[in-house]
Amino acid sequence: MNGNALDLAILVLVPPLLPAVIARTKAFFAGRRGQPLLQPYRDILRLLRKDAVYSRTTTWVFRAGPLVSCATALAAGAVLPLSASRHAGGFSGDIVVFAYLLGLGRFFTMAAALDTGSSFEGMGASREAAFSSLAEPALFVALAILAINARALSFAGTFGALTWSMWGWNAPVLLVACLAIGVVLLAENARIPIDDPNTHLELTMVHEVMVLDHGSVDLALVQYGSAVRLFVFGALFLHTVLPHLEVSHSTGAAILLAGELAVAVMVGVVESVMARLRLPRVPQVLAGAGLLAAIGLIIQLARSAR
Amino acid sequence: MIPLALAVIGLLLFSGLLALAWPARRMALRVSATGMGGACLLGLIGSAQSLISGTAPESLRAAWSLPIGELHVGSDALTAYFLLCISAVSGLAAWYGAGYLRAYTDRRATGVTQALFALLLASMVGVVIARDAVLFLVCWEVMTIASFFLVTFEDERSEVRRAGWVYLIASHVGVTALFVLFGVLYRHAGGSFDFARLAGHGMQPGAATACFLLAFVGFGTKAGLWPLHLWLPDAHPAAPSHVSAVMSGVMIKLGIYGLLRALAFLGPPTLWQGEFLLGIGIISALLGVLNALAQHDLKRLLAYHSVENMGIITIGLGLGLIGQVRGNPTLALLGYSGALLHVLNHGLFKSLLFEAAGSIHHATGTREMSLLGGLARAMPVTALCFLAGAIAICGLPPLNGFVSEWLVYLGAFRGATELGGGAAAASVAVIAMLALVGGLAVACFVKAYGVVFLGEPRRPAVAPHDASWSMRLPMALGALACVGIGLWPAGILALVSRPATLLAGAPGTSLDLPATVAPLTSVAVSVAALVVVLALVRVALLRRREVRSAATWACGYEAPSPRMQYTAASFAAPVLEPFAALLYGKRHEERPAGCFPERASHEVHHGDAAGERVLVPLVLGIARWLGRSRAIQHGRLQLYLVYILITLIALMAWQLSRTPWRP
Repeated sequence: MNGNALDLAILVLVPPLLPAVIARTKAFFAGRRGQPLLQPYRDILRLLRKDAVYSRTTTWVFRAGPLVSCATALAAGAVLPLSASRHAGGFSGDIVVFAYLLGLGRFFTMAAALDTGSSFEGMGASREAAFSSLAEPALFVALAILAINARALSFAGTFGALTWSMWGWNAPVLLVACLAIGVVLLAENARIPIDDPNTHLELTMVHEVMVLDHGSVDLALVQYGSAVRLFVFGALFLHTVLPHLEVSHSTGAAILLAGELAVAVMVGVVESVMARLRLPRVPQVLAGAGLLAAIGLIIQLARSAR
Repeated sequence: MIPLALAVIGLLLFSGLLALAWPARRMALRVSATGMGGACLLGLIGSAQSLISGTAPESLRAAWSLPIGELHVGSDALTAYFLLCISAVSGLAAWYGAGYLRAYTDRRATGVTQALFALLLASMVGVVIARDAVLFLVCWEVMTIASFFLVTFEDERSEVRRAGWVYLIASHVGVTALFVLFGVLYRHAGGSFDFARLAGHGMQPGAATACFLLAFVGFGTKAGLWPLHLWLPDAHPAAPSHVSAVMSGVMIKLGIYGLLRALAFLGPPTLWQGEFLLGIGIISALLGVLNALAQHDLKRLLAYHSVENMGIITIGLGLGLIGQVRGNPTLALLGYSGALLHVLNHGLFKSLLFEAAGSIHHATGTREMSLLGGLARAMPVTALCFLAGAIAICGLPPLNGFVSEWLVYLGAFRGATELGGGAAAASVAVIAMLALVGGLAVACFVKAYGVVFLGEPRRPAVAPHDASWSMRLPMALGALACVGIGLWPAGILALVSRPATLLAGAPGTSLDLPATVAPLTSVAVSVAALVVVLALVRVALLRRREVRSAATWACGYEAPSPRMQYTAASFAAPVLEPFAALLYGKRHEERPAGCFPERASHEVHHGDAAGERVLVPLVLGIARWLGRSRAIQHGRLQLYLVYILITLIALMAWQLSRTPWRP
């Protein structure tokens, strides 16, 4: 229970650090100094103290959007085992619950975007719908590979079985699963090469344009929620990459923190060395990730049949 | 159970007669709807009680005056479960229908419509209690014909008449397959139409395969499975909304019921049957949701989603069969319980969505999404109910659609991890396709809800109003049922586990279904609690601040108009782009030309690829082939007399050649 509380505290407090780490990494590549690491926390606190402006067109759905997307991201993080040592608990099928909770958040984000009646936000919602529907199969096939590998139906069982010797035995398949989850991580968190969070033209945005009309507390919730989502996907990626470790809970938590920072640096490196893809290319990349995962799956099935 | 079901049928038919006989039309609607609602409540309570207490199978025989078959009715857990689904959905729809039809009382004989509706409900109950093939087919046919007349309610419109004919023809193609099926079974059972005797006989593998395909054609047509679904996207939009609700919510599920009964007659299940159903389910789900995304008519969109959801149910059945064949009772139980629960869930949220679409049609006079917009302000209750239905049909937590899809997922994950070889690969295909279909369904319903209810009205002239209470209350109850099942799935699974165990045929499995779904309750409750906490935090933070209203940010543009909003077609276009090869899209474009372009237009329509590319060419080909026989048709009497003479001589010669010559 104690360990659980530690995990939850990390889940609630650490996420806003990650965007700052990404920004610092990109600044390093660009030869700048970059923002302070605590800047996202300051931004969120500043937004929380602001007056609010709501569009006259909107209904309660617009106001529910940030609440639901933030709450579902936190809940998805609570479903996932976080600390590198805690591979117990959970329930059969929590893998599906995890993905569908994030889906609920996405539903409300897109609905809130359409609620403003703005064609820019409609465009963003439409692109988000197109990309996420292709990212979903890639994620599920990758998770299915891990589940078959471990012969388990829950995150705890799936990650618990990923030992060093398993990596030695089954490295190609696991590598493919990591790659697919990595692509999904970039896509679901609106990162280059799928989407550019720093773009300044509404026509080219995907995720950012959906929240154009959000301000004040709502914008704070949106920013916090997307940081949590990045953290949660980072944890998923870490558990796939890292073999299961027999360490104490606090050591596991420390490994989680270090790993999350490494994931953020990795995302920053990807953003620094790659250009954003043209929009028509994005579905091809996502479908490609899915197909890659499917090939990994075939190898996995052939192996487990032997 | 049987006396109860017979009482329900009697009460339904009596309500129908009341609707016909009552002199004042409005009062007739109300009285008969009360009667039907009461009958359904009776059926609901009785079947739920029977499922909880687990009453033994019963049967009742009586003589009738037909030369074949007999009056044999019976009940078991499957009958009780489908009676539960019928009652739950139909009761609300009957209530809604009374409000819906009120607008038509001065123009039409609404009493007849109401009586036919009662007949439809009664025949559905008849289908699930029939234990004799002849009785079953009689009820089945009454169900088809009653629904045909209900579909053609607005028969002054040509597309409604066309939809009605397509439906009637498709249904009878299906029924023909059923006639042949029961004919073959009759011979195998030694000349009996009794279900109990049909089930007792083993079959040769070849005959079993033929019967399985016949059952698939016969029942799959009713269920709207791909590629037999073509009647469905025409018939559902044509019918009045409460009829669409019942047809889509329960009537097409009886196709699944029939398939389940027929499977019991074919001897032990085989692996290819399971994989066949899995494949059909995957194709139905994917093509259903893609076609739904392409539609502009709200009810047509919902109709295509029925194809998708029937696909998900069929996937569940396929997993159940594979589990049975491969000796994995847990997988079988998960597959069947997911399928059965989805039958009820889809009934609840789809009828709710159709009713909401009917209310929109009432209020605005159109179902064309590109003419609607901003209805959430004028119709708050309908908007909330539609939103609940939309979240449920997307299979998102914490509503009921998630629970059944989750059970199917769990079955597929079990199949992937515990079975080897082809069955495991098929299970992973199910996982990937369910994920894709889930994502596309979210896109589709964000589009539907967003375009219809959110933003600004695209046609400012109409001043819509929310539906009457008699229409809002059934929708609200349906939405509550969706939320209730989503928050407390263990309760409903206590009802589902008995018929699922009956189908899986393995009472010995250690899987406790209510305990399996119990964690979903805590997830749902914690998400809801988190949303409430965050909302309270926001209220507290904004209380000391100024909260203003302003226009939507249009990136500096000064005069945005509602027509500039993103449309349904533009929303769907990038989602459909990667799947263009699977669809049948037609584009009409008039590009702006010259230095001062005056007009430009762009239209996209989507037909059904299965119909346009496969079925229409097939039917035309058959017609052309049969057209060859015209060579001997000249319409002259003398010629036909010669044909008769030649036939007689040929028959005589044939008969003579068979009898030995005895001078």
